Amino acid sequence: MAIKVFTLPDLGEGLTESDIVGWRVAEGDSVALNQVLGEVETAKAVVELPSPFAGVVRKLHGAPGTTVRVGEPIVSFEVAGEAAGDEPAAGRPAAPPAAGYVRPEREANLVGYGAAAETGERPVRRRRTFDGGGPAAGSAEPAASPAAQPVPPAPQAPPAAQAPPAPPAPAPDLGTRPRSTPPVRKLARDLGVDLAQVPGSGSNGLVTRADVEGYTAPRAPSAPPAPAGAEAVPAGRWLAGAAEREARIPIQGVRKATAAAMVASAFTAPQATVFLTVDATASMDLLEKLRADHAFAGLRLTPLVLAAKALCLALERNPALNWRWDTEHGQIVQQNYVNLGIATASERGLTVPNIKDAHTLDLRSLAAALADLVETARAARTTPQQLTGGTISITNVGVLGVDAGTPILNPGEAAILAIGAVRRLPWEYRGTVALRQVLTLGLTFDHRLVDGAQASACLADVGAILADPGMVLTMV
Amino acid sequence: MSLAGAGPATGEKISEPWVQLLTPAGVRVPEPHYDSWLEDIDGGRLQGLYRDMVVVRRIDVEATALQRQGELALWPPLLGQEAAQIGSGRALAPDDFVFPSYRETGVAYCRGVEYADLVKVWRGNAPSSWDPYRLNMAPMQIIIGAQALHATGYAMATKFDGAETATMTYFGDGATSQGDLNEAMVFAASFQAPVLFFCQNNQWAISEPVRVQAQRAIADRPPGFGIPSVRVDGNDVLACLAVTREALDRVRTGAGPYFIEAVTYRMGPHTTADDPTRYRDPNELEDWRTRDPIDRLAAYLKSEGLFDDGFQAQVRTAADDAAAGLRAACTGLSDPSDLELFDNVYSTPHAVLERQKQHYARYLAGFEAAEGGQR
Repeated sequence: MAIKVFTLPDLGEGLTESDIVGWRVAEGDSVALNQVLGEVETAKAVVELPSPFAGVVRKLHGAPGTTVRVGEPIVSFEVAGEAAGDEPAAGRPAAPPAAGYVRPEREANLVGYGAAAETGERPVRRRRTFDGGGPAAGSAEPAASPAAQPVPPAPQAPPAAQAPPAPPAPAPDLGTRPRSTPPVRKLARDLGVDLAQVPGSGSNGLVTRADVEGYTAPRAPSAPPAPAGAEAVPAGRWLAGAAEREARIPIQGVRKATAAAMVASAFTAPQATVFLTVDATASMDLLEKLRADHAFAGLRLTPLVLAAKALCLALERNPALNWRWDTEHGQIVQQNYVNLGIATASERGLTVPNIKDAHTLDLRSLAAALADLVETARAARTTPQQLTGGTISITNVGVLGVDAGTPILNPGEAAILAIGAVRRLPWEYRGTVALRQVLTLGLTFDHRLVDGAQASACLADVGAILADPGMVLTMV
Repeated sequence: MSLAGAGPATGEKISEPWVQLLTPAGVRVPEPHYDSWLEDIDGGRLQGLYRDMVVVRRIDVEATALQRQGELALWPPLLGQEAAQIGSGRALAPDDFVFPSYRETGVAYCRGVEYADLVKVWRGNAPSSWDPYRLNMAPMQIIIGAQALHATGYAMATKFDGAETATMTYFGDGATSQGDLNEAMVFAASFQAPVLFFCQNNQWAISEPVRVQAQRAIADRPPGFGIPSVRVDGNDVLACLAVTREALDRVRTGAGPYFIEAVTYRMGPHTTADDPTRYRDPNELEDWRTRDPIDRLAAYLKSEGLFDDGFQAQVRTAADDAAAGLRAACTGLSDPSDLELFDNVYSTPHAVLERQKQHYARYLAGFEAAEGGQR
């Protein structure tokens, strides 16, 4: 006695799954070859499933209403007199993809009704099988003429030996995978090498077999145990106090909310970023003057303050960056006010509180509002009201000491401006090279709502103001 | 030419005369002209026609089951068309040549096809099926109507050779809307090619009913091309046999092309990937069940005392053997080697293809190296 598993075949040229409509047999029933076991409904048809075996039904793998993917077991049988083995009966279409390649989801199509264009990856290459030990029933030579010489009922031939099913492979990032060839990809997969980590030496960065082998060589024997007697030396100071090599931290709170917001943003809005590097020496000079002005006494005057004001002014000329894409209602919401979000690092994580009606504030009020907002956030006293209703955001990555970034949109907003660090750099100045105070601006925008031209015009306006604050006179 | 009876109403505008020798109830209708083509059909041969139809239906049902069990990717059932295929198929002489579509399982059976060759294309084991020169039957043609051109060309060649053989091509009602078939009829008429066009009008071109694309009987079209035609009850194996025999005789003896419309019914789906209940009135299927080709011959055999238990048991055994043989041949097929893909594309060595084959072999060898000698 042996258990044979009937796996769901592709019942109609490219289907991926079927729903179980109902069973006509029960567990424990004896069934004959081709006896109808039940019905399944595919995207194309309701079809009866004839039994591929004569035997006893041991298990029905799904209740009516269950959706079964092609290749998954649907009925297990106990079959008399068969060699042990539980390879799927419908092994051919059920053969799992060789590890690594992931078959793109296919749209079911009806013959004669037009096929959906196949997109994406190359089709799965079927795992090889051993042909050598051909099935014993290979001797069942078909009769030359069935009409003249009926073939005696041959013992049911087992399907050609199947390679054991490979475990499902993790889905690779199909969009940005490194350039290589399929055999090398397979080699890398077999060796456990992440191709994205391997520098390619071939033309146009093609990762070659030698690249993969060269990359793996130093780390092929996984970290050998420390030789006896040798003291385990901490790899770095930051590890010195750690009790374990790794620790697990639950994903929750702000980290979880941030992650959800970033994922929602990254996978709903097609985002693009434009950059502009400007000589902000004039702005830095202006800030110096303002610090000496007693009207601004006690206020923190930073490039962020000027950039925030510049952005509000630029939005007047390029309002689309301040609008909102409302998928639910199929509308673009023209927001004639600026609630200016400021990405703020706090102990709890990243928050983006916003300044309501920032477009109505003069520079002094804006500076005060910014100081207040940052202080509130750092003290973790930001109210939910401050965190909602933003129309556009600024992230001041410069304070972190970096030059530029491609920020991800705060969900629901159409743009975010990144302000890099102000550095003294050799820069073209009046026909010669001089040390100037230079910063880089990055503007990420939602390409559904904003075109590159609008985003660039807005960024150019911000840059023009920072390069020469007097340019404001041309804009208002 | 004498025509007997009137065909079934397949549409408001199509109710033309046709040839019928056996009514749905199994009553033999005398018809002097066509009866003369059946003089050799004695009791044993009548039983043979019955056995052929039952066995072919059983092969078809088994192949459909094999598809449902994942052993075949696809299968185009012939259920309901047994009389049209066995009647016409048994009229062929060995040296006649057949150009079929993809549904002519019954014709292939008459030509002596091996079980494995019936299913290996549908299993995805081979790009082509049988040896055309062994069966004198071209491989299955998937492209609707394309085979009519091949048949006409082949027939023209046999005429140039002076051979007294007929070329027969099978297609469905849907193909009559294709350019290929109409072009083939133009050439066949112009060159008086010895080709017999055999249309199995099974009422449905997948989901398109024949009345949508044929405002008159299909058999009315060929005369416009200069090709004589006849309409026959496609569920009457005797009528199909007689009509085809006469037509082949005309074609072989230099009377030019000829066209047969066999009015039948596809009782199953277009293929196993189709669900006819989505577009077909179930009452229509019930109507056609009463005209089943096998039932009516059984009724006739019974009335002639040719349907005893021994004969029925013998037919059952033949059908069981065929089903078992087909299943064994199908599941016993071994996977083809990767490089077989390049075989039989050209009849002679071909440098470009040979280079592609070598490239592909190297590509595959790359996998073997990557698999680290797992093979």
